[in-house]
Amino acid sequence: MYAKSGAIRINGTPVPPPDDPRVSLLDLLRETLGLHGTKKGCNQGGCGACTVLVDDERIVSCLALAVQYTGRDVVTIDALAGEDGLHPLQQAFIEHDGFQCGYCTPGQICSAIGMAGELERGVPSHVTSDLSAKRIELTDDELRERMSGNLCRCGAHNGIVSAIAQTHRAGQLSPRSSTKARRAAR
Amino acid sequence: MRGAAPYAAEFAFDGMVYAALVFSTIAKGRIVAIDTSAAESAPGFVHVMSHYNAPRMKPMMPWASSEKAAGNDALPIMQDDRIRWNGQPIAVVLAETQEQADYAASLVRATCEAEPATTSFAQAKANGTETAMLGGQPVHIEIGDAEAALATAAVSVDATFHTPYQNHNAIEPHAVTVAWHGDELEVHDASQSVAHNAWSLATMLGIDEHQVHVTSPYVGGAFGGKFMGTHQVLAAAASRLAGRPVRLALSRAGVYRLVGGRALTEQRLAIGAARDGRFVALIHTGTSTHIPGSPHPELAQFVSYSSYATDTLKIDLQWAYLDMVANAAMRAPGEAVGSFALESAVDEVAVALGMDPIELRIRNEPATDPLSGLPFSSRNIVKAWRAGAKRFGWERRNPTPRAVREGDWLIGMGCGAGSHMYAREPGGSARLTLAGDGTVEVAIAAHDAGMGTATVQTQIIAEQLALRPEQIELRLADSALPGLVPGVGSSQTTTAAATTVAAKHEVVAELLKLVRGDSPLAGLTADDVTPRDGGLAKIDDPGRHESYASILTRAGRDELTIDASGGNPTESEQYSMYSYGAMFCEVRVNAITGETRVSRLLGSMDCGRVMNARTAAGQFRGGMIMAMGLALTEETLYDERTARIMNPSLAEYHIPVHADVPKIDVIWTGIPDPHAPLGARGIGELSMNGTAAAIANAIYNATGKRVRQLPITLDKLL
Ligand code: FES
Ligand code: FES
Repeated sequence: MYAKSGAIRINGTPVPPPDDPRVSLLDLLRETLGLHGTKKGCNQGGCGACTVLVDDERIVSCLALAVQYTGRDVVTIDALAGEDGLHPLQQAFIEHDGFQCGYCTPGQICSAIGMAGELERGVPSHVTSDLSAKRIELTDDELRERMSGNLCRCGAHNGIVSAIAQTHRAGQLSPRSSTKARRAAR
Repeated sequence: MRGAAPYAAEFAFDGMVYAALVFSTIAKGRIVAIDTSAAESAPGFVHVMSHYNAPRMKPMMPWASSEKAAGNDALPIMQDDRIRWNGQPIAVVLAETQEQADYAASLVRATCEAEPATTSFAQAKANGTETAMLGGQPVHIEIGDAEAALATAAVSVDATFHTPYQNHNAIEPHAVTVAWHGDELEVHDASQSVAHNAWSLATMLGIDEHQVHVTSPYVGGAFGGKFMGTHQVLAAAASRLAGRPVRLALSRAGVYRLVGGRALTEQRLAIGAARDGRFVALIHTGTSTHIPGSPHPELAQFVSYSSYATDTLKIDLQWAYLDMVANAAMRAPGEAVGSFALESAVDEVAVALGMDPIELRIRNEPATDPLSGLPFSSRNIVKAWRAGAKRFGWERRNPTPRAVREGDWLIGMGCGAGSHMYAREPGGSARLTLAGDGTVEVAIAAHDAGMGTATVQTQIIAEQLALRPEQIELRLADSALPGLVPGVGSSQTTTAAATTVAAKHEVVAELLKLVRGDSPLAGLTADDVTPRDGGLAKIDDPGRHESYASILTRAGRDELTIDASGGNPTESEQYSMYSYGAMFCEVRVNAITGETRVSRLLGSMDCGRVMNARTAAGQFRGGMIMAMGLALTEETLYDERTARIMNPSLAEYHIPVHADVPKIDVIWTGIPDPHAPLGARGIGELSMNGTAAAIANAIYNATGKRVRQLPITLDKLL
């Protein structure tokens, strides 16, 4: 019925897929592996709290069945920081007051990194004016539009946006620089 | 930041099982039978609890019915066959995994007998309403004959406003992980009230308060929604029955079904004014939805108690009873929706008079509290208006509606006043342990659900004891801690501040007793010294100084422990105490689609001393963003035939998202309140108030349309 062979790479470690095909990637992380960094806010794809990176792309892990992710490379908030300290975006969230309760934060951070990859690939958004542009500028409108799948109820929006913008300006947001930082740390 | 902070659903116990709830699908009636046979043979099934086998428990204790009561209703939980609202939990299914529990719960078949229920506001009003009660007093106030004054006023506005049901929607859903160790209950909760919840669970389960230990180190947002609820009781009871630890994490829909939010209100707001703008009549009456025994009145009228001077005043709140989940306190209960109506009506008066709305408000500034006659402790709203107007560029506003346009976008500016009553609870206490190395451990049962409580408390204690923040270890949110802060929300800050001041006095007094004869402090009294540089020093001769460490060591003491209490809030009896906000908004409304975008927001606050600029700014912005949702998008939709919530989901209940939120500017007067401990009045709820009106008034300025029903969605502007 489903592929039993092959493992899911989670933060670099191979993990066998669950026996129960109903288990979401989110519940595999949280309940089976005890990786609680990824949050559950709705379990319906509506809040973005569960965002993780799969092969450098952002997905909502609550809507992903874990058994479908064998052979894929999943990165969660738990692995973004290296031995030598926080990921630049994590640091920026602290400096810009990008959080209050902290519950939406892991999703915001993973989502922003995935977003940077989409920009690099030239994927347009609802507010992109030139659809054929090779390089999409991360304007304030682009940033806010592209991050709108990540809800924050505490109202840390201003801080989140400025943290992401600053990290992007510094060239430290893309999945590639994140992956490099992780590899170096390993 | 690394995702390592443990929230309630992230504690685990060996042998823990997962819970799933079965909800009623009718609003009122009785359960005839619950068939669990299919569920019981489902894989991984462990146990099922319903009213047939639930342990006998006392009903929920509503807020203020006792010192540590913190429930939203007074209802029994799974004790009988009655169904009291659509979405009431009627069975708890336990299984080895969450998936198995969810599946088994889906197999439970309940047969219910429906009875006629009150499921719409219209029907509830037609059934007859009752005058609301607040602190044992009916909410009905009359000063002079307001109706007569209104009828003869030179200018008058008399309008009806509607505000919808809303839900808190903290991003962390309510969750609890519990385990029994013999007769002791360990609870990891997502809660704003650990000490209350320990007491409540003990009382309901019939055990001693000290047999229940509740912790809640991290809370993913609360906003008034995370006090004592049904789910903690269900988890504890089911765990006892099954003999296994239980994790009960509510689904998003489950949160909507179990935890009510803002009640629906209908408000009449009438203002009569003289030609010069002075108010001669203010009438604020109306009806809020309610269930019997609920402690939260949704007193929208409260904002009219003291905001403006008026010759005559009439206040009245009626409760209309529905068969629905009890409403809860939601960030600035009553005030958030009341200030929308009041401040919209004031704007209407300004339009009718052809007067600037800020000048009109300033003209109606009361000299003393209009109701009690007490002096204000510190009221600088006029300063806040002037500073805000300058910063916002209010003088650029065109007072003529629909006069400013850029392409398809109509642009308007509006403002609104907010206020929030100062509250400090009696009985706040803290335990402070000064160690031989000069560090301090402070235990206080306060909570941090993102408000920055921990940061601010640490800072205050450091400042009071002249220590560095890193020398202070703060312990919060554990019911076993000796300190109790009964206040929650913004009163928590003030209560804790009073406690800290008391603690400082105790520390000084106790340390002086330990000072030896050869100390530089020898012979001095408490009035002579003050904390300085990690020790005590003579006030007018700081050279006479001895460090805490030295005092303790030389007295042969390892540590010094004191228990301090803030005492009774007598300041509130002598002064009328409020925080104030002058809120400014600019909107762009699409002339073709009716889409509203908030392009600028400014809050100019007068809230006493601001303890920590960063956390305060965060709180202010958070309230203003939630008020944007109140104004424009948020509404919990009840099916009026069945009283079932139709949009129990973050996909269909629209809270503001990044694309909706502009850069928000906040400023404050920074004038300390001379009568509040440390000069601070509490800030968490303030900025919810006045903001929705500022948005609605800006929309009027942009479009010429006065919308008196929230949320102001596109359809209302076409
Ligand atoms: S938990 Fe996955 S989107 Fe909300
Ligand atoms: S910081 Fe609390 S939800 Fe975003």
